[in-house]
Amino acid sequence: MNFVKYLAGATLALGLATSATAQDKTKVGFIYVGPIGDGGWTYEHDKGRLAVEEAFGDAVETVYRESVPEGADAKRAITQMALQGADLIFTTSFGYMEPTVSVAEKFPDVKFEHATGYKAGPNVSTYSARFYEGRAVQGHIAGKMTKSNVVGYIASFPIPEVIRGINSAYIHAKKVNPDVQFKIIWAYTWFDPAKEADAATALIEQGADVILQHTDSTAPQAAAKQAGNVITFGQASDMSEYAPLPRVSSIIDNWGPYYVARTKAVMDGTWESVQTWDGIGPGMVGIGDISDAVPADIKAEALALKDAIAAGDYHPFTGPLKKQDGSDWLGDGEASDDGTLLGMNFYVEGLEGDIPQ
Amino acid sequence: MDLSSISPTLLLASLMVAATPILLAALGELVVERSGVLNLGVEGMMITGAICGFAVAVETGSPVLGFVAAAVGGAALSLLFALLTQVALANHVASGLALTLFGLGLSALLGQGYVGIKPPPTDKLDIPLLGDIPFLGPVVFSHDLMVYVGLALVVAVWWMLNHSRAGLVLRAVGENHDAAHALGFKVVRVRIMAIMFGGACAGLGGAYISLIRVPQWTEGMTAGAGWIALALVVFASWKAGRVLLGAYLFGGITVLQLNLQAAGVDIPVEYLSMSPYVITILVLVIMSADRSRAPASLGRTFHASS
Repeated sequence: MNFVKYLAGATLALGLATSATAQDKTKVGFIYVGPIGDGGWTYEHDKGRLAVEEAFGDAVETVYRESVPEGADAKRAITQMALQGADLIFTTSFGYMEPTVSVAEKFPDVKFEHATGYKAGPNVSTYSARFYEGRAVQGHIAGKMTKSNVVGYIASFPIPEVIRGINSAYIHAKKVNPDVQFKIIWAYTWFDPAKEADAATALIEQGADVILQHTDSTAPQAAAKQAGNVITFGQASDMSEYAPLPRVSSIIDNWGPYYVARTKAVMDGTWESVQTWDGIGPGMVGIGDISDAVPADIKAEALALKDAIAAGDYHPFTGPLKKQDGSDWLGDGEASDDGTLLGMNFYVEGLEGDIPQ
Repeated sequence: MDLSSISPTLLLASLMVAATPILLAALGELVVERSGVLNLGVEGMMITGAICGFAVAVETGSPVLGFVAAAVGGAALSLLFALLTQVALANHVASGLALTLFGLGLSALLGQGYVGIKPPPTDKLDIPLLGDIPFLGPVVFSHDLMVYVGLALVVAVWWMLNHSRAGLVLRAVGENHDAAHALGFKVVRVRIMAIMFGGACAGLGGAYISLIRVPQWTEGMTAGAGWIALALVVFASWKAGRVLLGAYLFGGITVLQLNLQAAGVDIPVEYLSMSPYVITILVLVIMSADRSRAPASLGRTFHASS
């Protein structure tokens, strides 16, 4: 009997000990839309995850799920992560917005952070980067560099973030090259290298000599390299393996500092639902090294534009600007408010075609 | 709208490039299913072929060796499936799904050191006189070797299944494995060979994506092509000629809709995006209105004792 008691006591002690260590560690979960090795969007989010591990060492445990489809299946993946005891979960794609909000309602003690969306809750924060600031710099270089005056744009889904990028790039390309024309392909995917390469090839065959992409893999870079005489920009990650040509610059997402700060807040118990939207200035958006394939004067202009945006002296959406249908949007010198940008569902004047609804 | 910006010759050339991976993979799966085995691991075998082919092509500088390695890699992985389903008598569906997951993980591991590398270019066959014929030359006679391998394979599979003794045995095994066994055919051996052929074809299809269509290595780069190949086999009623039609329709409309989008055609993008799926399914379903059906023993495990 004594022995049984002893055993029971030991088991209980062991159980307490393991649950105590589990409580000590803050568990941070990440839901990814593509594989870590996409070389773009998901790759950068995972770098952020590694930054969290490095900052807190044994005090945190990170878990992640790759290639989680947007929509209903995401709900299952997020729920599972919450059930596994995650304290903080980052869902890193726009299509996870509804699943994140609905799972968050069921787990009020777990903190959620949704990237690039607009729906928040008491335990759901949103965070995004002002990628359109980087698009302005890209548009400037694209407008100056194109010889055929045709810029190809591989868009993913018709959501405000993507439309903002197209508008921002177009405005700044048009500013330096009034003859520029944008050809846009909606790929309806974030990650499908074969389709992304096909889209790039189709654009190049139709005369584009600059390819901008809003999809996650490096496939368009490879297609451009194969075609030759085409320039591209790294998307979400530096994609420097394709420098100096075709990749002449890039937009780099830097999530690390944000992930570290938010994990710290959960550890300290100071976490609150916030809406973060940072750009080049605070360092959430980086402009990758502009390669030597870009003439020095264009490079200097691009860097000046970047600095003006970072310092807050210039807003990429500054009037006079009209919408595609010719109606007035912004008056002379007037900068757009964030609300309009967050819900952007229109092209600016000069762009051709319709946005899929 | 400016359709003149679409060049028909370039369009047809990229159509063939887009169709070849699913054509190769679907042909392999067709043979596997005609032998009565349902292998859902096509995606896993494709991606394994993609990295095996890519790695060997980069290391040796020879795309041809790369394709050979891709076929070997795909076949080797499929051998695992054969072991599970034919020797250990495991469930086909579960084993196939496991093979896909395993293939995706294995390829990501093998591909660690190959991100951002450019593979050696695959030469296009420029047949001297034929290639110079206006329009027809560039459309028909100036592709890479694998496009013709894919087409030759369609003819070979069709001939093998319908006009050779080997095909007769294969179909007998697929239709009724007990009767085939009673007649003295080696059911398990036939099926293992069919599975390996399917693996090799899927590997070739995967390598076509990583060596020619994209060309680079990215984790998970087949992005569902294997599942499309699987669906194609069913919609093509297990017939080689219809697989060819389906693959070219699907690949062709995929490329065409991207080109139409770039040209700014006045059709809503939603319709253009769904068109490859809808049109391919419609055409093949209408064609299969005849009484074609699945092999009777498809997906059933076989043991000589039963």
